[in-house]
Amino acid sequence: MDTRKKNISLEDLQRIVGEDHAREATPEDAIDGVQPSFVAEPGSVEETSELLRFAADEGLAVCPRGGGTKSSLGNPPRELDLVLSTARMVDVIEHVPGDQVVRVQAGIKLQDLQERLAGSDQMLGIDPPETRSGATVGGVVAANSSGPRRHRYGTIRDLIIGITVVLSDGTVAKAGGKVVKNVAGYDLSKLFTGSLGTLGVIAECNFRLHPRPEAARTVAVELESTQAAGEAAQVILHAQLVPSAVEVHWSDSSKLLTLLIEGIPPGVEAQSDTASYLLRGFGEVRTLTDEELGALGPSGAGEEVAIKISAPPAELTGVLDSVLGACSRRGVAPRVTGHAGIGVTFLALSGADDEAYAQIVEELREIWSRRGGSVVVREAPPAFKERVEAWGPLGSRLELTRRVKEKFDPRGIMNPGRFAGGI
Amino acid sequence: MERDGLIRAMKSILGPEGVISEREQLRSYECDGLMNYRVIPELVVLPETAEQVQRIVRTCYEEGIPFVARGSGTGLSGGALPVEAGILIVMSRMRKILEVDIPNQRVVVEPGVINMWVSEEVAEDGYYYAPDPASQIVSSIGGNLAENSGGVHCLKYGFTTNHVMGAEVVLPDGSMVNIGGGKAPDAPGYELLGAFVGSEGTLGIATKITLRIVRKPEAVRTLLAAFKDTEEAGGAVSGIIGAGIVPAAIEMMDALCIEAVETAVHPGFPQVGAILIVELDGPAAEVENQFEQTLGICEENDASEIRVAEDDAERALFWKGRKAAFAAMGRISNDYYVQDSVVPRTELGKVLKKISDLGEEYGMRVANVFHAGDGNLHPLVLYDNNVPGEAEKAEKLAGDIVFTCLEHGGSLTGEHGIGEDKKKYMPKMFTTDDLNVMQLLRCAFDPHQICNPGKIFPTPRLCGERPGPFRMHPVQKAGLAENL
Repeated sequence: MDTRKKNISLEDLQRIVGEDHAREATPEDAIDGVQPSFVAEPGSVEETSELLRFAADEGLAVCPRGGGTKSSLGNPPRELDLVLSTARMVDVIEHVPGDQVVRVQAGIKLQDLQERLAGSDQMLGIDPPETRSGATVGGVVAANSSGPRRHRYGTIRDLIIGITVVLSDGTVAKAGGKVVKNVAGYDLSKLFTGSLGTLGVIAECNFRLHPRPEAARTVAVELESTQAAGEAAQVILHAQLVPSAVEVHWSDSSKLLTLLIEGIPPGVEAQSDTASYLLRGFGEVRTLTDEELGALGPSGAGEEVAIKISAPPAELTGVLDSVLGACSRRGVAPRVTGHAGIGVTFLALSGADDEAYAQIVEELREIWSRRGGSVVVREAPPAFKERVEAWGPLGSRLELTRRVKEKFDPRGIMNPGRFAGGI
Repeated sequence: MERDGLIRAMKSILGPEGVISEREQLRSYECDGLMNYRVIPELVVLPETAEQVQRIVRTCYEEGIPFVARGSGTGLSGGALPVEAGILIVMSRMRKILEVDIPNQRVVVEPGVINMWVSEEVAEDGYYYAPDPASQIVSSIGGNLAENSGGVHCLKYGFTTNHVMGAEVVLPDGSMVNIGGGKAPDAPGYELLGAFVGSEGTLGIATKITLRIVRKPEAVRTLLAAFKDTEEAGGAVSGIIGAGIVPAAIEMMDALCIEAVETAVHPGFPQVGAILIVELDGPAAEVENQFEQTLGICEENDASEIRVAEDDAERALFWKGRKAAFAAMGRISNDYYVQDSVVPRTELGKVLKKISDLGEEYGMRVANVFHAGDGNLHPLVLYDNNVPGEAEKAEKLAGDIVFTCLEHGGSLTGEHGIGEDKKKYMPKMFTTDDLNVMQLLRCAFDPHQICNPGKIFPTPRLCGERPGPFRMHPVQKAGLAENL
């Protein structure tokens, strides 16, 4: 088979990253059915720079990849020649526990980093569900992944304090630093957060850390109605509790609001008691076992389309009602989870056809973009993405967003087509 | 456009009372809180609505006139220093709190609203606005946003950037965009809001800002501990952090600073080598437990005296002493130079020693007051402007202190910003490529470079240019510096 694509050969890539670290792509490397020609794994910032400069010269469309756990996020690529994997860039560059700061290469798996930090009773305060399936730190930043604990610690944009990036012309630049408090220069760490590889490759990241809580408990209340869900969430939000997570779970089999309470044992005890007291008017309150928690986990099997709704947190009842209404009219039984205190709700759909899913997304997008929110398709088969744009409208930000892209990646080789605004 | 035409154009947008053009009146706007740089602007304009801001900026864009936005003018790095032949847009007439939304924990304000007003507005509902720069009784939210202001409590609660959830922004071409989700989280697209906050007024002017408010904690405990010297106090700080405690604040003052504060506001602090003020807040059971632990750690580090604030009045007294520190320097020195830099917390001891050595070398006194929890130093270099050459010497010493911080892995500024004051130091912290890439963002927002031009970057880059191919910085190549 002729592996030459746009006049480049595997050997060209191997000359940059070494013979063992570039290969022809396989169907497993495809993104939404678009298969790249090659996969290359640079081992350093310098190799990443050289590789990108080569790609830019040859006009190759490049997709940076960490653990590949978010390959289904976004629109299908317009074109794709080269997957640039960070799999070899896995070092912890510096961790001084007394500073509560860590500097890492972007390819390190979040799980590995957390295990390492646990040795110093510290953690990076982020818990995206993809941690278990091998998400890398750079991937988490690029996809702006988060999990339930964002209620307390914020998202990765609140934890990142420095970054080294490689732009598509090979320029290596850093911003921020390794101190938590720092306002020198523009905060490019935040700009690259959630940019899905469209501005450049994230090579290194610095984060602030938090102490690992000594104890944890999950208190749950059984909910009878979406009304109760919204009211219970409001009661918790305005109480003087400091939960790490406030989650809503809504499906045929369970309707719960859960509070993850973490800290020192006497604090966890006292806060759990207060939470139980505050919630008992809404339904049966109990402490969940690890087993029950596992069963509530975010990744269900067999879901075809996964959707994220962002809305003001006080609209929880409205979000649930809109979801249940849109689904039941089309005979779909959704599984709903969400960060109830934040205003993020996830919707997993299965058992119906693309037409029904598309109508659900369009209906919800219509409702929630009008109220200042958004509806994003997080996971779906390529055929579905042909019908429904993944991100929704950018409104007044569209032109500025495009100008930013144009400045950072003027040739448009970085992950073309997958991002919002047609970027 | 000649001056008279510009005045007419501005008056047609703002009415005669919204335009200041008399030289004597313009003089009151010639500097911000950093008084050693002064420029008299061509005109000062005082818009009252976002639409007026938009029309002013559009006129500037069409005529190629540079402009600078100014809030309350308390900034300490010259970020609101006017530019010659430019317009100063003073935002202080846009000071309405537009919406209080307790269910969503949001407040929507105009940029001229004073920081403290936000907390006052929501206090009865049990809420407050967390970022608390020392200037909070006068500084504006718009200015806080531009500078990404910190404060004594940002160790636990984060900076302005962690509390601004959305902004309506007039871009330098006069167009208006909404960035950040506001009440809903995770707006799709680039994190433009995160890049905009802290951009020191160089990317546009925020005309409406959505803030996150925080529930008041159930319990607050504050202690003041006296130590022989800053090293012992530093040992206590390490002990507290090492125990996994995240205090709401840990502040340190050295002997010279304690002396000045005592003369100025008489808080009755022990006259010792160093004091720490430590505040814990949160759920009562957790705070009580960790407060006991903190007391123990201070004792283990040989605190000679520990005072626990028994009530809000006593707590306020502790903070009054701390927050008066800058102003109090006037009691023991004719003039002083405020520095703002950051070191990794574990380097504090070494850096304080070097600062003291530098002071001796220069024959100048340096008082230290700082946010010990996050390594943010505020050395105050004392001098006498009546002695020829002293001011220059003080600035040079302050510069050497910053370089010392950089050598120890720190930053040029933790909360005061780069502005006019520190742009010359930027190449010490960043490579040419770093600065060029930052300016790509500038070019996307402000291609004509008319929005607060000449700040932050020592060598502004024209937006038509592209950065060259990658070359390793010579310093880096020689192994003298590494990529952070």
